[in-house]
Amino acid sequence: MPLGVAMLVLLALSWALLGAETQTEVFGLFGVTAVIAVIASRLKFTESLGRVAVEHERAVSIACVVGILILMALFHEDHFPLLLLGSVLLYATACLGLNIQFGYVGIVNFAGASFFGIGAYTTAVLASHTAMPHLLILAAGGVMAALVGCVLLLPVLRTRGHYGALVTIAFATLFRSFLEVNDTLGGPQGLKIPSLQFFGWDLGEGLIFGGVEFSFYANYVFFALLLCMAAYVCVRRVERSWLGVAMDMVRTDEIAASVFGISIARQKIIAFVLGNLLVGIAGAAYGMMTNYIAPNNFTFADSLILVSMLLLGGIGNPLGVFPAAALILILPEKLQFIQEYRFLLYGTVIIFILLFRAQGLLPRGIRRFFPCAENDPRQ
Amino acid sequence: MIPVSDEPLLRAEKLTMRFGGLVALDALDIEVRPREILGLLGPNGSGKTTFFNVVTGLYAASSGTITFEGRNISGLSPQAVYQAGITRTFQRSRLSLSLSVFDNVAVGNSRMLDHGIIHNLFCRKALLAEYERTVEQVRTLLATFNAALAGKLFHSAAGLSMIDRRRVEICRALISEPRLLLLDEPSAGMTHDETAELMDDIMHVREKLAPFSVVIIEHEMNVIQRTTERCVVLNYGKKIAEGSYAEITVNADVRAAYLGQE
Repeated sequence: MPLGVAMLVLLALSWALLGAETQTEVFGLFGVTAVIAVIASRLKFTESLGRVAVEHERAVSIACVVGILILMALFHEDHFPLLLLGSVLLYATACLGLNIQFGYVGIVNFAGASFFGIGAYTTAVLASHTAMPHLLILAAGGVMAALVGCVLLLPVLRTRGHYGALVTIAFATLFRSFLEVNDTLGGPQGLKIPSLQFFGWDLGEGLIFGGVEFSFYANYVFFALLLCMAAYVCVRRVERSWLGVAMDMVRTDEIAASVFGISIARQKIIAFVLGNLLVGIAGAAYGMMTNYIAPNNFTFADSLILVSMLLLGGIGNPLGVFPAAALILILPEKLQFIQEYRFLLYGTVIIFILLFRAQGLLPRGIRRFFPCAENDPRQ
Repeated sequence: MIPVSDEPLLRAEKLTMRFGGLVALDALDIEVRPREILGLLGPNGSGKTTFFNVVTGLYAASSGTITFEGRNISGLSPQAVYQAGITRTFQRSRLSLSLSVFDNVAVGNSRMLDHGIIHNLFCRKALLAEYERTVEQVRTLLATFNAALAGKLFHSAAGLSMIDRRRVEICRALISEPRLLLLDEPSAGMTHDETAELMDDIMHVREKLAPFSVVIIEHEMNVIQRTTERCVVLNYGKKIAEGSYAEITVNADVRAAYLGQE
């Protein structure tokens, strides 16, 4: 019951935010959200909601998927809100990959946008110059990101904590310069990417479904949703397994982990490669959706955006990346006066999170291996 | 698997550990016999914990050899030493506080758990069976120590009292049924009664499992007196005495270095 109410409120709010056209509307929405949040916490509604959400995890996931489908249907012919929705889903997918690295095993990857870019550029080259099926190309984008990531493995394994992060920062800067001077990859102008096609379905074409006309972005939202669901299941399974326990041990105490037989290097390699694979696939799909990529989309600053989504959502909780990605991507688009200062906004967001809610919007809870009620041994 | 009883389970020969100019272990010879409880005594900085760190592979010895069940284990990685059947606790609690009690204990059983990627990601049915088995195992082991603790299986370790954290740490070291358990000052930060209770529980579990050897570092002399069969006393990384509790307490060198003159 509280779950249903919360989901409806959330749906209404996201519909209003995506559809808002003037800044006054957005600010009005802020006010409404604040009032709802205050009332909810006064009535102890948030507390019981948190408990119910943990108990009925499957219901929450299904409600989220249905909610996104409803949003897609509501905006069926508006390009821009659908493009935003698709971007949110694909950025969230990339964050899920980073979540394995940062949230579980503790590698801070400040080159997220670079791996996102490797996926997108691989797609651009393969889709324009070969006749490979596009689904394979998407996979190739992920594999390429994972392979290039292996170059960073040695320094990442040899360093601990913040030093590993420095290595990834260096890589992010290097990657952008490499793209800008590389004429075969389009230099600063970037590359065009043909739209995604598979099994005779061209996602770049609008379609008519049940007499209603849909924007071609609706295709991409649907596809991004499928991709996102697959990534989510994958990340959840990593967390809820012996691998997840081992990764958490590596993050929290490397010495205790090695004394109990856990190979530090193995966990870090699995997390780094798997994470980059997800980021790369998300980047590949993003490239196909936007039809055009340039080095400016994959700067160090964009990597920071990915990391700030992770921080805002709650490190280690895969569910948190969704509201975080939505807020961080949609707000600057809706508030034009912020556009120029968007990095200021991200910086402020991070400082406020660290000050007032260090665990993020949806903090990570205790691991539950098999959360379906019938096989939860706690019952 | 149980070695012939006159053959020691663990034997350190001429074990030396240098940190720059400091000699933490100086040509140390220690034997641990099968099924015995050995006390390791000595003043602070005498090399007791260093000995544990060298045996478990955290430090590579400067020279000397360690043999475990007839096999040379010197220079092995901590992971390989664990696989061979040696586990330990730490003087300062090393639990992962953000994880649940179950996670913390289950990690001690990683020798028996399948960490394969395919198994963990795609064979969820098999994983579920393995998981339920492990939950039962962890619950039973925790219940041996404290019934209330077994009820906190899925609580975060951060909410536990000092003695419960110690218990969880000892369960983590016991769950893989080791051949040798190294206890580093189990009484640190606890009262006399709590320590006594903890030691009784360990002895109790020990009777249920295949009997294993224990090396215990301890400053509480009554713990040593009650539990150990033999003691080794270290000072400046050298062995200065060896024998039963009664023997070492009257040893003149030990009184001078550690127990103090009366």
